Amino acid sequence: MLKKIEAIIREDKVNDVKDALGKIGIVGLNMFEIRGHGRQGGIQLLGRAGTYQVNMLTKIQINIVLSDRNLEETIQTILNAAYTGEPGDGLLFVCPVEEVIRVRTRERGQDAVMYPGDIDERRGQAKV
Amino acid sequence: MVYTINTGDTAWILVCCSLVLLMTPALALFYGGMVRRKNVLSTLTLSYIFMALIGVQWVVYGYSLAFGSDIKGLIGGLNFVGFIGVDALPNGNYSKTIPHGLFAAFQMMFAVITPALITGAFVERVKFKSFLLFSLLWATLVYDPLCHWVWGQGGWLKEMGVLDFAGGTVVHIAAGFSALAFALVIGPRKGFGKFPMEPNNIPLTVLGAGLLWVGWFGFNAGSALAANGVAVNALLTTNTSAATAGLVWMLLSWLDGRPSTLGIATGMVVGLAAVTPASGYVTPLASMVIGAVAAPISYYTMRFRDNRKLDESLDVWACHGISSTWGMVATGLFATTAVNGDGANGLFFGNPGQIGVQLFAVMVTIVYSFGITFVLAKLLSWSVGLRVTVMEEEVGLDISSHGERSYS
Repeated sequence: MLKKIEAIIREDKVNDVKDALGKIGIVGLNMFEIRGHGRQGGIQLLGRAGTYQVNMLTKIQINIVLSDRNLEETIQTILNAAYTGEPGDGLLFVCPVEEVIRVRTRERGQDAVMYPGDIDERRGQAKV
Repeated sequence: MVYTINTGDTAWILVCCSLVLLMTPALALFYGGMVRRKNVLSTLTLSYIFMALIGVQWVVYGYSLAFGSDIKGLIGGLNFVGFIGVDALPNGNYSKTIPHGLFAAFQMMFAVITPALITGAFVERVKFKSFLLFSLLWATLVYDPLCHWVWGQGGWLKEMGVLDFAGGTVVHIAAGFSALAFALVIGPRKGFGKFPMEPNNIPLTVLGAGLLWVGWFGFNAGSALAANGVAVNALLTTNTSAATAGLVWMLLSWLDGRPSTLGIATGMVVGLAAVTPASGYVTPLASMVIGAVAAPISYYTMRFRDNRKLDESLDVWACHGISSTWGMVATGLFATTAVNGDGANGLFFGNPGQIGVQLFAVMVTIVYSFGITFVLAKLLSWSVGLRVTVMEEEVGLDISSHGERSYS
């Protein structure tokens, strides 16, 4: 079963999370800048004369599509790397993925999210 | 009397033409960085277009109305229409050691930037066609006459002895109070006060401020119309006022929490606007006082405007209108003939009457510029309309007015 992790984390934690994911062998991911808020209130910025409140804060969302046998390990890795303890650390969403197709080779399913040297190869479940 | 061209003066004023012209793109950047991204091109264009519009209007009739042969102290005649008679010889009235044409060119750069200043009041919602109409009418009905009154030969405020070295009244007070009038008529941007409208590119604004400072040397020091001691004095007072005001605004900003880049840049510009009328008449020490006082005056005017929920969007009134009003008063206090023999003394140098003249000229400028602008804006709002539609405003003027995307 394929799953997608949408990890909304702090901007300044992106490198820590990417390094940690790289160490366990998660190769394929993408990210984009996102704005939002949860429990963390906004911040006060300086205008020309006085301050103003900004409630939509910039975070990064990292998207990873992976096989569910790697799901829990990946989740734990992200959680540990992205943690600071302050409000605003972020949220992880896990959704099921209907299908994955690799553009270059037309591979579908699990094969499309496997890469040389990745987490599955290290565990000994590399594709034939 | 026959005047001869001084090549040093002429070379310097030629350079000043470039410096002051550069101030219009600088202003465009200064304003452009402060609006939302969807309106940055529109805001730039509102300033840039004046290089074209007044570049033509000035030659065709603007210069003549401002500096032509005097009619009852109120307006110039049509003797310089088309720049006929504006040639390479000095004009005894205006330029004793530089060509007449150079004086006219130098003045053109002032006529270009002044209406551009007003645009800060109505960014992000003005209808481009109406803006063009307003601008042409404003230049003709407000700038050209006002210029004549203060700087034209026979101009009635000039005859009264007003001291305005480089355009406190003609440029900054006129633009500032016109901005106020226009803002009152056009109304606020949709959503003003409900959610923050953040600057899209503060680096652009800061770049603009820096270029404005450099250009202002041409604006103020060039108004000496000669490469002499008065020009040097004007350069020094310009620089010192900007520096002091920048420091003071930094402190004010710090009191709000942290010293903001935008605040420091704004403080510098406010100091420059304040010292403009005084620059060739006061000492550098006096200019320090001018800058130091201008910053809090403008700062609290901005807060006042914000509290009143008036969307005079880029604070032209606070930064130019009010700060230069202080500058005109300061000129009446600190002017000394020791700095400029062609000037007069102010209150602190034994001439209390000068303050009265300064205040009178300020009042006239305020009433005239505000009044005419208000009427023009009202007339336009009833006829062609001042604003774009709600949808056009939401989408942003870059796309709706100009069919362009700023950053693709």
